[in-house]
Amino acid sequence: MAAVGDLQFEEFGNAAATAAENPGATTISIEGPGESPTHQAGLPRGSGGEEDDELLGNDDSDKTELLAGQKKSSPFWTFEYYQTFFDVDTYQVFDRIKGSLLPIPGKNFVRLYIRSNPDLYGPFWICATLVFAIAISGNLSNFLIHLGEKTYHYVPEFRKVSIAATIIYAYAWLVPLALWGFLMWRNSKVMNIVSYSFLEIVCVYGYSLFIYIPTAVLWIIPQKAVRWILVMIALGVSGSVLAMTFWPAVREDNRRIALATIVTIVLLHTLLSVGCLAYFFDAPEMDHLPTATAAPNQTVAAAKAS
Amino acid sequence: MAKAAESSGEPGTTWPRPLFAGLSDISISQDILVEGEFTIPMRSHIREFDSSTLNESVQNTIMRDLKAVGKKFMHVLYPRKSNTLLRDWDLWGPLILCVTLALMLQRSSVDSEKDGGPQFAEVFVIVWFGAVTITLNSKLLGGNISFFQSLCVLGYCILPLTVAMLVCRLVLLAEQGPINFMVRLFVVIVMFAWSIVASTAFLADSQPPNRKALAIYPVFLFYFVISWMILTFTPQ
Repeated sequence: MAAVGDLQFEEFGNAAATAAENPGATTISIEGPGESPTHQAGLPRGSGGEEDDELLGNDDSDKTELLAGQKKSSPFWTFEYYQTFFDVDTYQVFDRIKGSLLPIPGKNFVRLYIRSNPDLYGPFWICATLVFAIAISGNLSNFLIHLGEKTYHYVPEFRKVSIAATIIYAYAWLVPLALWGFLMWRNSKVMNIVSYSFLEIVCVYGYSLFIYIPTAVLWIIPQKAVRWILVMIALGVSGSVLAMTFWPAVREDNRRIALATIVTIVLLHTLLSVGCLAYFFDAPEMDHLPTATAAPNQTVAAAKAS
Repeated sequence: MAKAAESSGEPGTTWPRPLFAGLSDISISQDILVEGEFTIPMRSHIREFDSSTLNESVQNTIMRDLKAVGKKFMHVLYPRKSNTLLRDWDLWGPLILCVTLALMLQRSSVDSEKDGGPQFAEVFVIVWFGAVTITLNSKLLGGNISFFQSLCVLGYCILPLTVAMLVCRLVLLAEQGPINFMVRLFVVIVMFAWSIVASTAFLADSQPPNRKALAIYPVFLFYFVISWMILTFTPQ
């Protein structure tokens, strides 16, 4: 029986050693951190259940991945290297944004939209827009809430822009870094079928923050109930995009670790949105009426004390 | 100056004539050895006497640069598809505009309120770093505009917003109220639209056609933030 010979002939990289040890098993190559631009991990070679049909449809992406590997071969100190991360057209960016707004169960955002062409345009400019949206909406909302008060003097609160920028950019870059490190560590212990490169994770996080831009604008409405409903909706949409993206990556692992990972991802996302709401938007209080009442100072003082 | 070995240009032309004017008439059917000293001037307009500008009076130097800046201001105020801003870029105009805007936006006194308006340094940093970021973004997307040309265009197109700031400051001298705010809002919106139109007229052609929107959106965001700073300016 020539099974061992066949298996060895099909191996890539240094998986030949493991194939010799386990001739009956299928082996999957796991990329290291230095190879992230030229990874082939988006293509599952194992026997995942529903991924088989997508595997069949991925024949052309096989070639594109090879071509992508050839494209991104400039050294990192040249300008062309960074141009490869902005190699997207307008319609591609719109498609990715649409994909982050309409999570379809079973469809993986990375597989469907990114397809080994992660871009940094989306994450960077969505974060920039979100920073200004939160700062401006917060300022506007506070202005509208305190409109009738005699003692209120409007300030543009420009410091909050830098605080918002720090928070949003730290979230959009450090959390993917931590998640990528964690997934790499788990991949070294457990063979996972799907693994993502660092840039793909940054991409998913960046595009998943898009829903917060209209949410931040709508948070101007000074009603507690409306704001919390918006939080729920935004969290539902972006949380499900993230969960559905990362579930295939941790599914093979220990059940509890997989669940803990997904829960942590969603929890951090919740923390970001609730934290932004609490910090940038003053709480609307029920006794604030924009018309001057008989004893405005007393009402204001009572409201502030509560 | 190099002369083409066969030149069938019009006889009797006086120097200076436009560069390469007779080239379309030339057809060279064999290899011709051309030798000699070649000098190709870099600027499109040739000065009458190619002397250094060290000997001229200071007033001449300053007036020449001011005239160039003023000419570009006119191009921004009446934007047509021309490449004057791109060809003869300079950064004097953006510097003048940025300093003026930052001076007008800063608060009149160093006050103890923590969350006030932007300070001079903040406005300066936002304008220049914003322009640099947009330029980098456009180059990374594959645009074929040079770094300083793009900075020049973005800086010059702040002119309508600087005018809006001037108008707002004047309007704020009158009594405050909703009408005051409406007037300021209208002026700022009009000038914001003007800035966008002007910068798009200059920048749009240098982008690859399927990425124009991706390159223009950051410009929109940039001018929106500056407009917001202008609109929310409150005097002490």
